[in-house]
Amino acid sequence: MNTGKLTVTTPSDREIVVTRVLNAPKKMVFQCLTTPKLLQRWMLGPPGWTMPVCEFEAKAGGMFRYVWRNADGVDMGMSGTIVEFSPYDRIVHTETFDADTSGGRTEVTSDFIEANGQTTLAMTIVYGSKEARDGAMASGMTGGMEMGYERLDALLGELA
Amino acid sequence: MLSTQLDATFSALADPTRRAILARLALGEASVMELAAPFAMSQPAISKHLKVLEKAGLVSRGRDAQRRPVKALAEPLAEATKWMETYRETLEMNFSRLDDLLEELKAEDAAKTARKTPKGETQ
Repeated sequence: MNTGKLTVTTPSDREIVVTRVLNAPKKMVFQCLTTPKLLQRWMLGPPGWTMPVCEFEAKAGGMFRYVWRNADGVDMGMSGTIVEFSPYDRIVHTETFDADTSGGRTEVTSDFIEANGQTTLAMTIVYGSKEARDGAMASGMTGGMEMGYERLDALLGELA
Repeated sequence: MLSTQLDATFSALADPTRRAILARLALGEASVMELAAPFAMSQPAISKHLKVLEKAGLVSRGRDAQRRPVKALAEPLAEATKWMETYRETLEMNFSRLDDLLEELKAEDAAKTARKTPKGETQ
């Protein structure tokens, strides 16, 4: 069942909003985003990457740490703090990629909105600085959150 | 550096007027006056946007001193699209695995409920 495509918009220079409809109640979606065993089954990135480290302290003030590894043994890590933990409605966390040496932090607010048994997951990503944004860009796999400019697809289609 | 080029490209594309200018230029080159016509903007304001696009390597200006026609350049856009596609694909791959996982969890839940509530029994 197709539950709706990914949307990526940029309400401001430092902000990106990613939304995706998932065909399950918000409690279940929330669990998939906060339980290491479940996270390791889907948050894997491109083919060939695994997630050997996945720690998530499910509480306000808790820490999390993710490490992805590709077939060549190259690691990419990210850590952060859970700022707000409100089951099953909202998580706010900060995150920094290991590759980002600028000291910049990114804050991500994940909202879980349920309607008719489906959940819209809306993630608002706010970069603390241009340096932080560039650090995220340089890190490759998840880099380039700013890539999804609204209507860019349409524009590029027109230009093609 | 590649990321610097991409940064310039996407900063330039972050503005709706500049995107509209590029969409217009996709139809062919145009003078600043022609570009300004559909917008409620002065020519100097349009020139400012063109400078950003030019700096990002998305447009070039002709040498004709009178008209200096503006032309769209495709290469940085192609680079940016490729990168954005990779990013979207990565996100969508994650979400489609999450779709599968959620279906599996729902099936497990349904099986548990069925065991707890045998057929014919009401809750």
